[in-house]
Amino acid sequence: MIMLHYWRAMWGIINRELWRFITQRERFISALIRPLVWLFVFAAGFRASLGLAITPPYETYILYEVYITPGLIGMIQLFNGMQSSLSMVYDREMGSMRILMVCPLPRWFLLLSKLLAGTGVSLLQVYVFLAIAWFYDIHAPWQGYLGILPALILSGLMLGALGLLLSSFIKQLENFAGVMNFVIFPMFFMSTALYPLWKMKESSPLLSLLAHYNPFSQAVELIRFALYGQFNQSAFIYTLAAFLIFMAAAIIGYNPSKGMMVKKGGA
Amino acid sequence: MLLKKKNVDNLQADSILRKLSGLLLTLALTGTVQAETVFVTLEKDNALAIVDPLAGKLLKTVAVGQRPRGIAISPDNKLLYVATSDENTIKIINAETLKEVGKLPSGEDPETFALNPKGDILYVSNEDDSLVTVIDIAKKKIIKQIKVGVEPEGITVSPDNNWLISASETTNMVHWIDTKTNTIIENTLVDPRPRAASFTADSQQLWVTSEMAGSLMILDTKTKQIIKTLKFEVQGVTADKIQPVGVVIDKAGNKGYVALGPANRVAIVNAKTFAVEKVLLVGQRVWNLAFSPDQKRLYTTNGTSNDISIIDLESQTVTQSLGVGNYPWGVTVKP
Repeated sequence: MIMLHYWRAMWGIINRELWRFITQRERFISALIRPLVWLFVFAAGFRASLGLAITPPYETYILYEVYITPGLIGMIQLFNGMQSSLSMVYDREMGSMRILMVCPLPRWFLLLSKLLAGTGVSLLQVYVFLAIAWFYDIHAPWQGYLGILPALILSGLMLGALGLLLSSFIKQLENFAGVMNFVIFPMFFMSTALYPLWKMKESSPLLSLLAHYNPFSQAVELIRFALYGQFNQSAFIYTLAAFLIFMAAAIIGYNPSKGMMVKKGGA
Repeated sequence: MLLKKKNVDNLQADSILRKLSGLLLTLALTGTVQAETVFVTLEKDNALAIVDPLAGKLLKTVAVGQRPRGIAISPDNKLLYVATSDENTIKIINAETLKEVGKLPSGEDPETFALNPKGDILYVSNEDDSLVTVIDIAKKKIIKQIKVGVEPEGITVSPDNNWLISASETTNMVHWIDTKTNTIIENTLVDPRPRAASFTADSQQLWVTSEMAGSLMILDTKTKQIIKTLKFEVQGVTADKIQPVGVVIDKAGNKGYVALGPANRVAIVNAKTFAVEKVLLVGQRVWNLAFSPDQKRLYTTNGTSNDISIIDLESQTVTQSLGVGNYPWGVTVKP
């Protein structure tokens, strides 16, 4: 009976998130347009100028758009994770979060359900993006399209948990612009999404070091290897650890007696 | 108790037999993949790289002589011929033991050469002397030296053994040499700096690449005239980097493959329509090409990235690029 209760609550949250995503057609289109612009415009401009040495998981030379694809998948999940947390701030302002939080279930479970819902939405976006990329001659082995799924779930959870953590600090919707400038952009540009580490090392060893320890880089590498049917153990452990830390901090952040809610005057 | 043990033993034996028969069946079904060996000359390492392409591994590298470039294998797959340019000779190497078994007098600075289909005559381009040297392999003697245009480079023999082709880089000519008399019968003016030439399996067409024009010309063997010229274009690569060199055509006459030099691409050309179907990214300064014996794969030597690329021709994808040593130049395959 208790299990059923849990399940109903989780399904309710996931259903609400998916329904919101499907009905907001503009959100779906903009979530796709962003990585596609990078793929068709940015990567096309760089395809000849950026020579790429062979590094695992690749076994031969690749075009820049092939390299950038896992990074753009990470970008989809990064923006989606942040957008989910944005909706948390919105929910708080509108008062719907109060309804959620009075639900007689543990707070961590409600937050995890929210995370899973956000990750589910990002999976839809990623597979549509991969389908479009396939017609653009970006092909991965068939087992890669399956193997990427668990990697996407973990990276989606990790980035979503980061979003949750950030949202626990944000009092008003307007403050979210700061997240764009101080979190999304540095995280995306200081990662292996756009350039390989060895290339970064050529210009700045410090930058390459920062990029290496950036959890987003590790998530991108996990996705990159999975897309080619390979398992990157270190990236997996790093991403999992980052998820657990962000999640624990977010749970504390959303605790009315201990976390940021005290400072903000509760949910 | 004893009966029980016997039953268990029988069951185990039965299971082992079943597993063995399953294994044999699997072997029979998958046993169609044949091993082959790829030989690559390494111009700067003065060596020969031996590669197992199916395992994707460099097996070993053996010293072969100064500045090895052109390479070919005898029709019986027992002997390798390697032009060691700075030693002014063509080395004969046992393809199994990799030991040198003889030398051929090649004339000055041999770079490219061609074997006739029977494998008893070898034709060498002597670039500096504007000569083609004709060598009797069995006697290890020069039969004749034919005066051709300035800087002869590309050289090939038609599969029907009627024509020897020599392409002169500076004269911009293809010389049609009668293999019976070893004399030039006709010359065809082609695009600047012709680099390589290859006949179709029926000997009806000759494909010639032009390094400076970035083009491929298809010549009719009967008329000895160009019937089609096609220019290559690669998205994101400037025209000056598109310098076609090596060219091969499959036995079925369906597709031709052209190495585009510093464009780092191999172009796939439809041999019926002469349309460029696809360009594949390979290593840097791709120069020479060789088919696998079953013509399901194509191997490329990538001079400045020091590797070879392996292309799966069915899926038209590059499956691997494998480091082999400094300045890979020529390539040949032993079944």
